[in-house]
Amino acid sequence: MTVKNETLDRIVIRFAGDSGDGMQLTGDRFTESSALFGNDLSTFPNFPAEIRAPAGTIAGVSAFQVHIADHDILTPGDAPNVLVAMNPAALKANVGDLDQDGMLIVNSDSFDERSLNKAGYSSNPLTDDSLKNYRVYEIPMTTLTLEATKETGAKPRDAERSKNFFALGLITWMFNRPFEDTFEWIKKKFANREIVLESNLVAYKAGHAFGETAELFGSSYTVGPAHFTKGTYTNITGNHATALGIVAAGLLSDMEVLLGTYPITPASDILHELSKLRHYNVKTFQAEDEIAGVGAALGASYGGSLGVTTTSGPGVDLKSETVGLAVSLELPLLVIDVQRAGPSTGLPTKTEQGDLLLAMYGRHGESPVPIVAALTPSDCFNAAIEAARIAIKYRTPVILLTDGYLANGSEPWLLPDTSKLEKIDPNFKTEPNHVNSDGTGSFYPYIRDPKTLIRDMAIPGTPGLEHRIGGLEKANEIGSVSYDSLNHELMVTLRNKKIEGIQDDIPLAEVDDPSSDTDILLLGWGSTYGAIAAGARRLRALDKKVAHLQLRHLNPFPKNLEEILSTYETVIVPEINLGQLSKLIAAKYLVSVQSFTKVQGVPFKAAEIERYVLNMIKEN
Amino acid sequence: MTVTTRKDWASDQEVKWCPGCGDYSILAAVQLLMPEFGIERSNTVFISGIGCAARFPYYMNTYGVHSIHGRAPTFATGLALTRPDLDIWVVSGDGDALSIGGNHLIHALRRNVNIKILLFNNQIYGLTKGQYSPTSEIGKVTKSSPFGSILSPFNPISLALGAEATFVARSHDMDRNHMMEMMRRAHDHKGSALVEIYQNCNVFNDGAFNEITSKDKRADNLINLLDNEKIIFGQNNDKCVAYDRENGVKIADVSSVGEDEIVVYNSKLDNPALAFAISRLASGPYSPTPVGVFRDVQKSEYGEALRAQSQDAVDKKGRGTLEGLLGSLPTWTVD
Repeated sequence: MTVKNETLDRIVIRFAGDSGDGMQLTGDRFTESSALFGNDLSTFPNFPAEIRAPAGTIAGVSAFQVHIADHDILTPGDAPNVLVAMNPAALKANVGDLDQDGMLIVNSDSFDERSLNKAGYSSNPLTDDSLKNYRVYEIPMTTLTLEATKETGAKPRDAERSKNFFALGLITWMFNRPFEDTFEWIKKKFANREIVLESNLVAYKAGHAFGETAELFGSSYTVGPAHFTKGTYTNITGNHATALGIVAAGLLSDMEVLLGTYPITPASDILHELSKLRHYNVKTFQAEDEIAGVGAALGASYGGSLGVTTTSGPGVDLKSETVGLAVSLELPLLVIDVQRAGPSTGLPTKTEQGDLLLAMYGRHGESPVPIVAALTPSDCFNAAIEAARIAIKYRTPVILLTDGYLANGSEPWLLPDTSKLEKIDPNFKTEPNHVNSDGTGSFYPYIRDPKTLIRDMAIPGTPGLEHRIGGLEKANEIGSVSYDSLNHELMVTLRNKKIEGIQDDIPLAEVDDPSSDTDILLLGWGSTYGAIAAGARRLRALDKKVAHLQLRHLNPFPKNLEEILSTYETVIVPEINLGQLSKLIAAKYLVSVQSFTKVQGVPFKAAEIERYVLNMIKEN
Repeated sequence: MTVTTRKDWASDQEVKWCPGCGDYSILAAVQLLMPEFGIERSNTVFISGIGCAARFPYYMNTYGVHSIHGRAPTFATGLALTRPDLDIWVVSGDGDALSIGGNHLIHALRRNVNIKILLFNNQIYGLTKGQYSPTSEIGKVTKSSPFGSILSPFNPISLALGAEATFVARSHDMDRNHMMEMMRRAHDHKGSALVEIYQNCNVFNDGAFNEITSKDKRADNLINLLDNEKIIFGQNNDKCVAYDRENGVKIADVSSVGEDEIVVYNSKLDNPALAFAISRLASGPYSPTPVGVFRDVQKSEYGEALRAQSQDAVDKKGRGTLEGLLGSLPTWTVD
């Protein structure tokens, strides 16, 4: 029998297995080879907080979804077309998402009674007809892997662990990915562990050969390369892009970067990335706690460096007092909140947009802080630079909001022309700005630019400009302690106006409204960009006209937002929280908005956006 | 070498501690000491948290930051890591350093980062008007302990030694020269240094240190630790610190112990066991209490080690550029 080759325009594949099965590695590798092949792609890793939850249980299931296409795509895909399930628990946890007629590839060796019980199956789904709507391929991956690795000298227990490479080989064949790329990658990755290397290689080869020769599959598939803009690309996750953005901000401002941080899911990868980049004038400081992390970052900023701290919601709670100090001192500080599902410890590895109001209001007193949100994994690079630019220029803490979905998800990124990235000028003062009555000069730390209200800042080591600042209220301009009530009101107002004034220094909002003839605006912020944009595409394909605006700047909002809101009768605000942007918009502009929310630890699907709008149109 | 005088180091701000507060004499000691170092005021930074002691930076004509409660060591650490050219001092109190900021203090000491911490220990909360502090003695009656405190106090020296501190000293506000000597030694030390200063709060805890610091009691109750010298004290030099089988050391009459049983002090020992045993001689300032440098050892300074790693990375890979940053990623090209 000859195997046909079908061409598809897109496919969504989900690898699912036990936490210890190496599903993230398998998914990552398949993604990389698809990227090199030239597909557009988007990924969504979804894993438990436990490193190794009890094997075989639903709690321990780890999954990696990748969407590859021959055209421009925006999300990791709503429903997988192919599900690779390494055990019954992985099947049970994921089969509900599988597309109708989807392809199901299972490791049949793992469907013994014990494993079925652990997963909570009372009968074997492979034999009880419950999977009859899917194209099911039962492959004894463990047995085949053990057979293939017999000669490698690996003990059976170790050899069995290569079965994810068997699966990878099979999928590589099925989707016509270049065999050699991954072969070479395995060699490099496991170069220091001879036996592991050997058994992974033979398992990978065996999986590939199995696809070719088993005559089980009627077809293999090709998803052709996408038509990308010319240029150089890399596949990048949000956390990696954030780290690179931080480095870039340091280089663009010619400031040393100090990352003061404490490990926390899902932000730690930023620390890991930056720790490798010492030669870019970056120092990383893993502090004793969240508070010390941000304290050190602020201390570095005071000394003229770019102080950065990375964290997630629980860490933002702890850092809020120091962020308030930075508001009061008016010092640059970049706080990156990789949001996760809360409250409290919540769902550490799952995504949420629950910290918008925390970023906006989570400090005592009148304590305004600019907020920037990244829209896609690669956009974290630009968002980090933008947040740092505002922090450095306006001498203020800035909170950058990303989230677990952006942090771990990846997409191709057209590398920017670095020569076009704008320099950032910290504009430190080196001369006195005040003449004393005796004619000598001194430095007043709270003299401001009359237009932007940015204060003069001089760093230690500058002769003649010695001065003291602190968290107590400061006398206007002079900076010494003042308990004067009207002065306090003046300072509170000045600090607030300074932040509001950033409106003049950020881009106007641009609505995606191809028809220019609709009353419906989909208004999102941050990481919902892909799902909302894809939802809008689907609606337009059905001739339903919608406009879409995705906000990057959340405080202050773009100057033209009010005008935009007034142009649309219906404003729908989809968010992965209980309606936080809705509240801000409604309170500020006194417009009525429809809040559309989801708080399940996973991003919106494009179909959910589509369905919501369709239902709304129907009801009207 | 920059020539300055005490006056140069005093800011124009009116000092607002209560009249008679021990903080005045500590401020005077610091302002007198600074000219000795021959450093620029502009390269000197005082950082504090919250509390009476934390007002200190406002009175120094240097760079200064009055930050938040307990966090001064964190701020100072970030500054020290990025600005090795600066002299950085942290001024703290017993509540600030040992209660709300306890975690930061022990890690700042463990890390051996180049900051000098002056711990004004008055055994009371002053700025919040008189609650018991982590160094208040058991039985202390305060507004928040009307029936007497029932908590064991910290011994800051023992705590610092347990936290792997490389420099630990104690002084008191009644002896300017001794304070200056301890601060001088701290300044000369590479890495983090803790100087505990017994400081009288004449409003909420007056006379807390009278038993050991008043002029007539000092000779009997202050044990002056001096390197390479026998620890002998008392008006008639009749008391000593001697080795003890159970506790390591004990206070004894010179006449009752053999010559070689008297401890010859050495702050440079790698093992902090002797320093720790000495720190336990007094449970509070009511009986003979050791002052002086307990420990002064050289270890790798954190900032220096971190900078060495950075330099090593630059030597191996060259100074990173933006082009290099993106160029180092695995890429593919679309033509």
